[in-house]
Amino acid sequence: MQLTEVKGRIFDIQRFSVHDGPGIRTIVFLKGCRLRCRWCCNPESQEYAIQEMNKDGKIEVVGRDVTVGEVIEEVLKDRIFYARSGGGLTLSGGESMCQPDFAAALLQEAHAHGINTAIETTACASAEVVDRIIPHVDTVLMDIKHINSEKHKAFTTQPNELILQNAKRIADSGANLIIRVPVVPGFNDTEQEIRAIAEFASGLRNVKHLHLLPYHAFGSDKYRWLGRDYTLSDIKTPSDEQMHRLLEVVNETRLYGQIGG
Amino acid sequence: MAWNFKGNLPKTDRITRLVDGLFAGMPQIEADRAVLLTESYKQTEGEPIVARRAKAFAHILRHIPITIRPDELIVGSSTKQPRSCQTFPEFSYEWLEAELDTVSTRSADPFTISEETKAALRSVHPYWKGKTTSERATAYMAPEALVAIDHNIFTPGNYFYNGVGHVTVDYGKVLKIGFKGVRAEAEAALAKCSVGDGDYVRRNQFLNAVILSCDAVCEYAARYAELARKMAQSEVNVTRRLELEQIARNCDRVPANGATSFYEACQSFWFVQQLIQMESSGHSISPGRFDQYMFPYYEADIKSGKLTMEAAQELIDCVWIKLNDLNKCRDAASAEGFAGYSMFQNLICGGQDANGLDATNDLSFMCIEASMHVHLPQPSLSVRVWNGSPHEFLIKAAELTRTGIGLPAYYNDEVIIPQLLAHGETMEEARDYNIIGCVEPQSPHKTEGWHDSAFFNMCRPLELVFTSGVDNGVQVGPQTPPVEYLTTFEEFFTAYKQQMEYLIALMVNADNAIDVAHAELCPLPLESCLVDDCIANGKPVQEGGARYNYTGPQGFGIANVADALWVLKKLVFEQKKYTLADFRDAMRDNYGKDMDSAMAQKLTATVAKQAAAQGATIGEAEIKAIYREIAVNKCSESQKIRYATMLEEIAKLDKFGNDLHEVDAMAREAAYTYTRPLTQYTNPRGGVYQAGLYPVSANVPLGAQTGATPDGRLAYTPVADGVSPAAGRDVNGPTAAANSVARLDHFIASNGTLYNMKFHPSALKGRAGLDNFVSLVRGYFDQKGSHMQFNVVSRETLLDAQAHPENYKSLVVRVAGYSALFTTLSKSLQDDIINRTEQGGF
Repeated sequence: MQLTEVKGRIFDIQRFSVHDGPGIRTIVFLKGCRLRCRWCCNPESQEYAIQEMNKDGKIEVVGRDVTVGEVIEEVLKDRIFYARSGGGLTLSGGESMCQPDFAAALLQEAHAHGINTAIETTACASAEVVDRIIPHVDTVLMDIKHINSEKHKAFTTQPNELILQNAKRIADSGANLIIRVPVVPGFNDTEQEIRAIAEFASGLRNVKHLHLLPYHAFGSDKYRWLGRDYTLSDIKTPSDEQMHRLLEVVNETRLYGQIGG
Repeated sequence: MAWNFKGNLPKTDRITRLVDGLFAGMPQIEADRAVLLTESYKQTEGEPIVARRAKAFAHILRHIPITIRPDELIVGSSTKQPRSCQTFPEFSYEWLEAELDTVSTRSADPFTISEETKAALRSVHPYWKGKTTSERATAYMAPEALVAIDHNIFTPGNYFYNGVGHVTVDYGKVLKIGFKGVRAEAEAALAKCSVGDGDYVRRNQFLNAVILSCDAVCEYAARYAELARKMAQSEVNVTRRLELEQIARNCDRVPANGATSFYEACQSFWFVQQLIQMESSGHSISPGRFDQYMFPYYEADIKSGKLTMEAAQELIDCVWIKLNDLNKCRDAASAEGFAGYSMFQNLICGGQDANGLDATNDLSFMCIEASMHVHLPQPSLSVRVWNGSPHEFLIKAAELTRTGIGLPAYYNDEVIIPQLLAHGETMEEARDYNIIGCVEPQSPHKTEGWHDSAFFNMCRPLELVFTSGVDNGVQVGPQTPPVEYLTTFEEFFTAYKQQMEYLIALMVNADNAIDVAHAELCPLPLESCLVDDCIANGKPVQEGGARYNYTGPQGFGIANVADALWVLKKLVFEQKKYTLADFRDAMRDNYGKDMDSAMAQKLTATVAKQAAAQGATIGEAEIKAIYREIAVNKCSESQKIRYATMLEEIAKLDKFGNDLHEVDAMAREAAYTYTRPLTQYTNPRGGVYQAGLYPVSANVPLGAQTGATPDGRLAYTPVADGVSPAAGRDVNGPTAAANSVARLDHFIASNGTLYNMKFHPSALKGRAGLDNFVSLVRGYFDQKGSHMQFNVVSRETLLDAQAHPENYKSLVVRVAGYSALFTTLSKSLQDDIINRTEQGGF
């Protein structure tokens, strides 16, 4: 089968994204994820199944099946802007590693057209899948949410051992790896917790940058539209002062920290 | 690297005080010029017109009050009060006479006016009856053209009411040889004339008028030298006394002689800029490539150690303040179309030099810095972009964009240079181009471009297709077949083209009539002596003395026409869900919707006034009743439901601005219906017509004269702005919209296209934000778009500014081809800006 004919399931394509990898990028959001992070701002991404969202009376279908060729056609529309800005394609989700055939084909096809690639990933996948995907990615933006596996599991439904192993595996492969930490009050927003993540990350070969992404509640409406409870409704976006304190903690390691993507 | 500028330079306290001084009071109308002009005209009746013009100009400069404002380093004010204006009855006065009592309270660009000034103007206005360019132009226009104007198909109001302006004169020549040198050029040309030459009479008259005008300018500067010396004598503050003495020495030398320092060059530049506007009321007198012609003086002073970069920056800042000191009062209707007290003095930096090398220098950066310091709408700062533009320079420009001031506008050398070459200009001239007014390219001091000579509303001919050319019972357009007989899309489109071609010809007729009136009644010897090759040709620009002559009226509403054609193609001719007659009815009934509230209020006020004048008692209840009668749609419920479904069907269809090839191709064709027919026409100065695609801010007031259109746009609401997608219809983000807009043919619209994009500041956050912004501009320009400008403000900010204007007096937004103070704009224009799609990038 041609790479362009490989099928997959996405729920959005967003052009002119400027905070998820270098330059001006097009993000393709794949459907399905193994984690169920309580703060997730794209809850409609979690299930692989095509869903309906009831936007206060207006029904919206989330998810559609597409071929790699169809997606790449859309991605190519902004190639002039990628060339000028050093941007390209970013796979996000959901978790693109949950659809390894589709994700690998998208990335390879993008490279075949000379398009730079990036992936936003939890890296919660088998080593075999990681090894298939990573060679086709120019920038890996990988989340490390917590060092304590139990707490990780309590807030995301998954332990973190596999994730941390994959972080090492990706780093050792020589990939351009950036670690990202969603800073969620009540979960990982203490200096101690951030320090633990930063120290782990600074032990990874090749890793130079760590991004602290302050929690926001922009996704909370979507839980209601999906008929779900938003369990973090009582927390607020961390203050600028707090984020800067945490940034200092990161910068105490050998890493270059930054706030936001 | 050709520049030393790094980071930024400090803003001095003087600049803060000067800015505060500008806004201490309301702009005023002053009568001195009108009174002096009339005095002189009365004394010169029967003399050749060009001599009368020069004598009147000299008389004005000899007697008009002069003033040096506190803290000024650069002097020369046309009015006693800052930001105020003189009037120009030789072009038109009737509107002002009629609006004398309302001009201070109108919504767009009010001016205060004292009773004394009113009396002075009332005493001179009767003299001008039958003598103005507007009356002469009306007499020359074809009756059909007058009908078309009356029915709001197009408006040539700009040059109909005012002087032409829209020129870049040879500032560099004055800096180099002074007006004494220019006078010598005229004398030399005169010496070459022989009394027996066939054109001796006119040549002789014109060159003598030039000599008289040059002398008048020198005398005017001498008045300032004397005033500065007098003020210095009584000045107690030593620092200020020294400043005034320096000002006196500057005015002794320039602009009569060549400048010997950067400071003198700034002063000399300013006198030219100020007095060109004193000679005629034209706006868009554009300084052009200031960073190029000022550079030799800057470089010499920096090299010799006479000047620091900081001191140079303060002088540039002072020039920027003077550019905001000039003002212009337009008639109430035009004021809405050019809202924001704008003078459109376009000043451009960067780009290539005549030899094709990058021309960026320290002054290019310092011009951007000056706009950051003064944070005012003038000059209309522009930046030239080409493949060789230094990234640092564009980042500096992006930093200014990020402040939300709506400046600079970005222009693409890679489109504009070929446009000028296609008109037969030389490679060197084309590479040296600058921008006039909003977006109009030309090669400086060689061109009489008549840019901006009319607004043509492309939606109105579309309406006329549905009525076979009849508007309000009058046959305005050609009698195209009734829509029942248009059975294919091609037939419909042909009918639209017929309407367009006929009405475009009428617009050309109107413009040419005005052109002739200006040549006959208002030649401008001062402006002409600084435009090549008027002295050599022995005639003013108004008679075709310039090397290049164009007329550039602009069409607007492309996005509405494109979307409308697409809707009709799909719903009527392909899906056959509706007939053209259904659309005719829907448009007539405004899709069953109530009238636009601003429009309904306006009409209510008119009706109430008429009723009151006839003796009816008009209270609050009566006004409410009239409003209801006007505003509320009278369709039956079943009709309304049918129309609502129709609007839903329309909304579902693809729209221009979303990177969809077929719709974008329709937009390209729609634009051609204006740009192509226009290029076949010539003007009385021996030049050709060229199309612009931009509305300044006229898309709002002219939209208020446009009924509902087949794209679902309701009656009297704004039409699309420039070549931008219709407000709120581009939903795939800035790159998709830019790709769509780039698919129009920008090369044929050589009078300029205008693409307006609004950005939330978060899209430009951090260095990465600036880099990505520059990449967006470059990506659009790679695809041969010619112009781009940005509003960087949040919707919340604008809404709050609307609710609390007092807190946002200095909030600058980019309206169309220029920046204006948001709170000075009319409510409807404010709404239009708020409703434009916010292109967030976060």
